[in-house]
Amino acid sequence: MASHLFCGRVNLNILREAARKDLREFLDKCSGSKAIVWDEYLTGPFGLIAQYSLLKEHEVEKMFTLKGGRIPSAAVKNIVFFVRPRLELMDIIAENVASEDKLKPREFHILFVPRRSLLCEQRLKEKGVLNSFTNIDEYILDLIPYDGDLLSMESESSFRVRQSLNECYLENDQTSLYHAAKGLMTLQALYGTIPQIFAFHVANMMLRMKREFAGSHTQILPVFDTLLLLDRNVDLLTPLATQLTYEGLIDEIYGITNGYVKLPPEKFAQKKQGEGGKDLPTEPKKLQLNSAEELYAEIRDKNFNAVGAALSKKAKIISAAFEERHNAKTVGEIKQFVSQLPHMQAARGSLANHTSIAELIKDITISEDFFDSLTVEQEFMTGVDTDKVSTYIEDCIAQKDPLIKILRLVCMQSVCNNGLKQKVLDYYKKEILQTYGYKHILTLKNLEKVGLLKPQSTMRNNYPTIRKTLKLWMEDANEQNPNDISYVYSGYAPLSVRLTQVLARPGWRSIEEVLKILPGPHFEERQQVPTGLHKKRQPGENRTTLVFFLGGVTYAEIAALRFLSHMEDSGTEYIIATTKLINGTSWIKSLMDNPEENLP
Amino acid sequence: KYYYAFNILKIELYEMGWNLKDGLRECLVAAAPYGGPIALLKGHYRRSPSARPQLEIYSSSGLPLASFPWKSGVVKQLGWTVSDDLLCVQEDGTVLVYDLWGGFKRHFSMGNEVSQSQVLETKIFHSPYGTGVAILTGALRFTLATNIDDIKLRRLPEVPGLQEAPSCWAVLTQDRQSKVLVANGSQLFILDNTACTPVTPPGLSPQASSIVHMCVSFSYKYLALLTDSGHVWMGTSNLKEKLSEVDTKIKTPPKQMAWCRRPKSQQPSAVVMWDGLLIVVGECKETIQYHLDDDSVLVPELDGVRIISGTHHELLQEVPGACEEIFKIASMAPGALLLEAHKEYEKESQKADEYLREIKEQSLLSEAVRQCVEAAGHEHEPETQKTLLRAASFGKCFLSNFPPEQFVSMCRDLRVLNAVRDYTVGIPLTHTQFKQMTVQVLIDRLVYRKLYPLAIEVCRYLKTPEYQGVSRVLKHWACYKVQQKEESDEVIAKAVSVKLADAAGISYSEIATKAYESGRTELAIKLLEFEPRSGEQVPLLLKMKKSPLALSKAIESGDTDLVYTVVMYLKNELNRGDFFMMLRNQPVALSLYKQFCKHQEQDTLKDLFNQDDDHEELGNFYVKASYKDQRLEARVALLQSAVDEYYKAKNDFSAKTTEDEMRLLRFQRKLEEEKDEQLVGFSLQDTMTTLLSVGLHKHAEQLYKDFRVPDKRFWWLKLKALAEKEDWEELEKFGKTKKSPIGYLPFVEVCIKHHNKYEAKKYVSKVTPEQKVKAHLAVGDMEGAAEAAIERRNESEISTVLSRCSATTDHLLMERLNRAKATAVKK
Repeated sequence: MASHLFCGRVNLNILREAARKDLREFLDKCSGSKAIVWDEYLTGPFGLIAQYSLLKEHEVEKMFTLKGGRIPSAAVKNIVFFVRPRLELMDIIAENVASEDKLKPREFHILFVPRRSLLCEQRLKEKGVLNSFTNIDEYILDLIPYDGDLLSMESESSFRVRQSLNECYLENDQTSLYHAAKGLMTLQALYGTIPQIFAFHVANMMLRMKREFAGSHTQILPVFDTLLLLDRNVDLLTPLATQLTYEGLIDEIYGITNGYVKLPPEKFAQKKQGEGGKDLPTEPKKLQLNSAEELYAEIRDKNFNAVGAALSKKAKIISAAFEERHNAKTVGEIKQFVSQLPHMQAARGSLANHTSIAELIKDITISEDFFDSLTVEQEFMTGVDTDKVSTYIEDCIAQKDPLIKILRLVCMQSVCNNGLKQKVLDYYKKEILQTYGYKHILTLKNLEKVGLLKPQSTMRNNYPTIRKTLKLWMEDANEQNPNDISYVYSGYAPLSVRLTQVLARPGWRSIEEVLKILPGPHFEERQQVPTGLHKKRQPGENRTTLVFFLGGVTYAEIAALRFLSHMEDSGTEYIIATTKLINGTSWIKSLMDNPEENLP
Repeated sequence: KYYYAFNILKIELYEMGWNLKDGLRECLVAAAPYGGPIALLKGHYRRSPSARPQLEIYSSSGLPLASFPWKSGVVKQLGWTVSDDLLCVQEDGTVLVYDLWGGFKRHFSMGNEVSQSQVLETKIFHSPYGTGVAILTGALRFTLATNIDDIKLRRLPEVPGLQEAPSCWAVLTQDRQSKVLVANGSQLFILDNTACTPVTPPGLSPQASSIVHMCVSFSYKYLALLTDSGHVWMGTSNLKEKLSEVDTKIKTPPKQMAWCRRPKSQQPSAVVMWDGLLIVVGECKETIQYHLDDDSVLVPELDGVRIISGTHHELLQEVPGACEEIFKIASMAPGALLLEAHKEYEKESQKADEYLREIKEQSLLSEAVRQCVEAAGHEHEPETQKTLLRAASFGKCFLSNFPPEQFVSMCRDLRVLNAVRDYTVGIPLTHTQFKQMTVQVLIDRLVYRKLYPLAIEVCRYLKTPEYQGVSRVLKHWACYKVQQKEESDEVIAKAVSVKLADAAGISYSEIATKAYESGRTELAIKLLEFEPRSGEQVPLLLKMKKSPLALSKAIESGDTDLVYTVVMYLKNELNRGDFFMMLRNQPVALSLYKQFCKHQEQDTLKDLFNQDDDHEELGNFYVKASYKDQRLEARVALLQSAVDEYYKAKNDFSAKTTEDEMRLLRFQRKLEEEKDEQLVGFSLQDTMTTLLSVGLHKHAEQLYKDFRVPDKRFWWLKLKALAEKEDWEELEKFGKTKKSPIGYLPFVEVCIKHHNKYEAKKYVSKVTPEQKVKAHLAVGDMEGAAEAAIERRNESEISTVLSRCSATTDHLLMERLNRAKATAVKK
């Protein structure tokens, strides 16, 4: 089911359907019964494209996880590997193929996701198994539709492997950027050429795309008016802050992966009369989260402080709806009531779930820890005492709070102060190494390389200028009935989204001074659209902008963009694409380097 | 003009342009379907060893395309592939493939068994899987290849009782499989991969003692059998249904037989050809006979049969429904009336109105327009097409909301068809064939015939998307152009770039590959320069051994995989020094290679850092390495290397902390040996915690001093460790050593956390005034908390205490607090 993909302004289901079609075509190429051997990383993203039923229709009878040794026996004609193009996986495949039973050979196929790789094929050749494969193909899965207005590439640690003009990227690898450009090409093949492109900090990608596009004009009326490419590097601050929307908090606390969240089961125990003494479930409760669920669509982007009221309002509506049955007198009325029953029951189930989630989250948000840490974050963001060692951070280290929490705070202080005084920086680093262990020295170096931690240069701190010009701090953020995007962080307006907002109105020319301070150049390109495909806008019709976050986007940023889309007289609707959905924790984690891992 | 007789009509397509002295006598002939080329092997049946046969290729209109003497072995059969390549099957089972221009492309064998027992008969057939070859060998066995582009030879099972060559056989495609239908006398067999099954055609005339000829329709759906009694049996090819049986009254074996049937037509009709006579048989007893002046060949098509003789090229077809309706004498069909109406209108006669009215009264005008348009499509004569289309257009004027697409696309299609049917081009396609074949394929055929300008005209006229149309044609033109040896590289490169300049989506790398394959490396490099997608250039550059260029192009493309491919190629090609040098000049490639080494070749990584004097990275490298070694001495040694590198990199902080770590490791090891406590690898903090928990306070103190741990953290640490051990006495002592840097509230809280209210209370008095309220509350002393709050006259603190009071027990206290609050607010 993919009803959530229809609801937006742009029908992202086209993309999903195209992906499904490709998948079916590949599966049919390997005629006969088959078993799929999965690179485990891919199962999540694939789940968003196709359920098992689709695979089954195409004679997929078994599924295995890729691992060394022999593939479990299965009476199938074909073995199909679904893998990312990585050398270490090739070695495992070679091992699988080599240990296959020679008496009952099965046909082998590889499907590379998202692209086939000469390097990997070379490796298979070296291992002497390349000729064992009947089909070697690629499955171009760049941008996966997550929701009606959200696309993600879900690439692994995309920030870490981003390459750009700025030296502050960890590895000089442009793979993810290349895939992003390719993903945009796929998108334009389906939704038409995007006439106008704005970009921040990603010059070489722009040029590349322009060249690649030359000659592949589609005859499709452009769906998007504008593309805005935003490099995460332009706004390092936002992901560090604790998200305060409902969805953002779910992600901060429990982590949302591929549209699913796993929650502690206690609060979801079915309380039915007569079986009160039953054991509590021990398996985590897994819930799918997307806008197909009416209630979730309503509350996901609200500030958490407004969720309680929304839930109780909904509860009243639902119980009123159930009360209706007493008023149903005639057969017709009863029939109508019964016909609505499944919908109502679903709504009640959904309400129960979200009430439980909200309770879980509330337990955390009312804690003193949460409050203290939020206070410090907000102090940093408003520029209070960012140049001194923070006693709060010191205390947290002394208590040996989770390292990621410490790193998030220290990085935030550094970003809000445009770098820390050498003495302060060294103090923090030493504290961290002494408390959490010397092995984290490499992680600290990584954070410095990407610019999240840095010593203050002679340049003065320009963060206050940015904050003031772009109104990044709104003192009176209205959490219940927001009138500005700052509600998503209860005061802080995410820089990335503010830039997007200003671009739509009144335009970047109004903030040229700030643009000069922000890292990297910004520019504008126009792409030729074949005559006859120029859009004629109806009066009052909104523009559609695709905002592409290279290096990740948070749920709170998405919420802020949705808020802008829904704002009256905003005139622009936003579709969001990204290399990965992130939060501060997952982001910092992707930059950590633990030498004790992968020991032989 | 028309020769009407039970709906079969014969029209002349061309008067042949060739000049054949003896007509088609003594020629082996093969003509490709869809109006394709004709191949003749002249003098094939002469069999005089002195004279070599001549192979000639013509267009359908008889214009020469190629001619050369045949020098290879004895040819048994000629045939065309679906992509207009010529197949010559030799006696020994070798199949030679030639292009339309007589150029040799390749050859393949039909297997040992065939070459040993020789080819007796062969048939070339088409199926959805491509072009196939079926061979009957001298050993009376069948060998089959379904697709000559992907040869998988299949030897079919034996036919029981077959002593000599079967009287006739044919290839069928059924259930996604190619099968052979064989007649041995009156017996009929179907041969598939696994079995030979005898079959009986339902209702076959009993007079027959032998089946002498058979043919399968273009679609493989229908089968016709000719018996020695002269009966033609027609039915479905699955032999489930008989459609009709007709007596030709001729008992001599025919030369050829073919189906003549339109798709979806209701009536079966087949054509049988003898010397000088052609008979069309259908549903009824009567037959139509045509006299033939000359030796002829039948070419079955999707919707009819072409008849090629030494002088003429004709098409025999069932009359299309729409044409019959309109042109039937005294027809009252709406289309016929509309045509009449338009004629009268042209004559400016009011009768036009009468006719129109008649059609409109039956509200059949749209049907009439549709009929005229459809009929126009089936007509070969442009004048007739025009008359019909004009009538249709006239009729359209009286209709509102009539969809224009059919009319417009028919006009376009006909214009294209008339152009390719032209004598000079010679592709006599019918509209039905054209639709089946698609524009794409037609353009391919035009390109194959080097009719580039016409192909481009067609693309432009039909508004084919550029990259599928014009650009594709131009690419083929360029590929042809670069093979012209007589012109210089510069001239060709310029000509190509000028012609292709504006065309979108041209793959220059393909053209360059062609140039390279014809031995023109320099030209290939020149052409590659025009390729906008740098990634496309790389494979060819590597092939041409231009590796530095390939590397920079790969980097330009942004495709990491491509860069890796080139890097790995270079790594194998060059010696290590040159390889490193080349990488040094390409930072992107270098860093990618480093990443590769990180996972695959650690030692190379070190060499690379060394080469770059990258001390910082070398330091990091040693740090990582130190964790891979279990032995402490080795670890310390590696860390020492890291320290040296960090100093060289002027990174004092890293060097110092690394030295600290070495010191800590040594300390831990020493203590492990002395006290038997596991410590190595712990952080400083964890080490101190462990030491305190086992009572080694001195050692902990030593670390605290040696490593200059901030007081605050140490106090926290010790506080928690002692509380954990519930060593309250030691804690009290510790609290009195000096003024606590973290204050005394933590003491209160930690004690409470360990459920010791008694100890906690000891520290409440020492807490700073600001934290007093909190401390009192922590130990549950409401009175104290209230006291402190009131004393400080702090409204929010008072509120906090209030919120903790219970209305039943602390009634008095609450009153006091409320009063104090009131005064505090006033202030």
